[in-house]
Amino acid sequence: MKTEKGTSLWKDAWLRLSHNKPAICGLFVLITIFLTSLILPSIPGFLQDPNLPDLLGKNQPPSAAHHLGTDQLGRDIFSRVFYGGRISIAVGLITTLVAVTIGVVWGATAGYVGGWLDDLMMRIVEILYALPFLVIVILLSITIEPWTSELTKVTVALFSGGSSDRLEVENTRTWVEPLTTLVPLFIAIGALSWLTVSRIVRAQVQNVAKMDFVEAARSLGLSHIRILFQHILPNTLGPIIVYTTLTIPSVMLLEAALSFLGLGVKAPNSSWGILIKEGADAMLTNPYLLIFPSIALSSTLIALNFLGDGLRDALDPKSAK
Amino acid sequence: MIKNLLSRFLQGLVVMFVLFTITFFLVKAMPGGPFQSEKAIPAHIKAKIEAYYGLDKPMGVQYLKLLANYLKGDPGLSLRLEGRPVTQIIGEAFPVSFQLGVVAMSIALLVGIPSGCIAAAKKNGLLDVGSMGFAMVGVCLPSFVIGPVLAETFGRSLKWFPAMGWNASSPQTWILPAITLGLGTAAYVSRLTRAGMIETLSQDFVRTAKAKGVPGWKILIRHCLRGGLIPAVAYIGPAFAGIVSGSVVIESIFQIPGMGRHFIKAIETRDSSVLIASVLLYGALVILANLFSDIAGVWLNPRLRSGKN
Repeated sequence: MKTEKGTSLWKDAWLRLSHNKPAICGLFVLITIFLTSLILPSIPGFLQDPNLPDLLGKNQPPSAAHHLGTDQLGRDIFSRVFYGGRISIAVGLITTLVAVTIGVVWGATAGYVGGWLDDLMMRIVEILYALPFLVIVILLSITIEPWTSELTKVTVALFSGGSSDRLEVENTRTWVEPLTTLVPLFIAIGALSWLTVSRIVRAQVQNVAKMDFVEAARSLGLSHIRILFQHILPNTLGPIIVYTTLTIPSVMLLEAALSFLGLGVKAPNSSWGILIKEGADAMLTNPYLLIFPSIALSSTLIALNFLGDGLRDALDPKSAK
Repeated sequence: MIKNLLSRFLQGLVVMFVLFTITFFLVKAMPGGPFQSEKAIPAHIKAKIEAYYGLDKPMGVQYLKLLANYLKGDPGLSLRLEGRPVTQIIGEAFPVSFQLGVVAMSIALLVGIPSGCIAAAKKNGLLDVGSMGFAMVGVCLPSFVIGPVLAETFGRSLKWFPAMGWNASSPQTWILPAITLGLGTAAYVSRLTRAGMIETLSQDFVRTAKAKGVPGWKILIRHCLRGGLIPAVAYIGPAFAGIVSGSVVIESIFQIPGMGRHFIKAIETRDSSVLIASVLLYGALVILANLFSDIAGVWLNPRLRSGKN
């Protein structure tokens, strides 16, 4: 006898998503941009050194030697866009991870425990919502700067194993420093971007917690932690994924705005925000400097937004706008 | 309703207090200080300067003293600008930023609401796809890309408008910065209006009106606009907050002497009294905008008037 196989929630969602042309285009563009920005700079010798000046070849238009031309110091724009993309994407992903983690834990706790704790936690969210966001991020990212230089020191010492070899310490520093100097940015932006996620998770958890299977789990004597994280949260995964996708572009935009103001990522690291700033300053002499990083940033943001909208229609049909 | 507003107002006061506390300790914990210069100041002179501004006292005392001063309405003296009172600095800069914000917000609403309505009325038509594509670009093209491009094309090449600067009495100088600042918000308002209008247009009373033979534009404006605007109006509070933050970036692109410039300058020079005052002012604006957005929402949606929420 042949039995009819039911389709899972995820298969349904994928079916709905694959019919959404803008979302699939967005997904394709994103995969391309993410993979090239993450892989190309890691292949030794494939891209030119993004910080190598060439004073005889300043402000060149795109050519075979420099695919997107060179900037006012003769640095290769093609490789600068990819290296900058790696930082921008890393900031976007890590910060979103920080934000979503805080948001899920906060919202799930408030929604599951309820009562006065719920009131208190949501009041705090409301208060944070009313703060001038960019301004606080700017203050926060500067205030925690001294801690990161300490962090850099500790991490370098950790990975070089306390070795007294100067060269080895310097080698470790070259790859540790870009990461640790970005930590204030991760924390500052992440610590203030979790609000929407926490509200959504709370509402979802409240709904799921009323269902019978949760009652069943409780009657089996499972611990609250286990009920919450193993039984309730997996059922709220759809909206979490949707809002994670929509948090990434807003976080990347914030990083770019901070870097544009000279407060975010600092040289010698570069990000799309910094490249756009340099491009805007040199727009008259060399418009390519502004155009290429802007295209990179904007197409990433548009792709993420299309994908997020598509995911919302696919995973969270009730809230679809 | 009155009770609700009162509780929102009280909550606003709590937010201001929290904001004051957070800002105070963040600013005081910043590395470096306001009196650092390339040439080291002799220790006894530095001590004297710090004593003059009350910076030698313990942190708790400074906090309480500043709080008391703020309650009396006196934010103190700037630490960098030769002891000018903070109220004077902000009194000069704030009207500029406020004007910029109001013009940008007006542009956002005047562009966003009609385009959203048209898109909803012609759902899936060419106008809809066109204006929503435009809105998507508006959401994703950051102001710091649009700003320089506009300044370059319409300012320096075509010379239609001044490429930078600000003059309160000549509207020509407002155009480029206000468009740059308002465009992202316009895009968002347009998307929200479209969603709200489509929702309202699918209601039963619209079918009844159509059956009675009410012309399409009248259904749109007389019957649906009020209900369809609810999501967009709820967004006005957050939108204004966005415009307030955005003006920091815009003012640095167009060299506008407003709050944003002073804020960035105060961060660079660690001028804590100007910093705290401007953050509080930003906070107060955001709270007021949210309050306004709530009141307008209640006015538009009678269901909110009675009962809870």
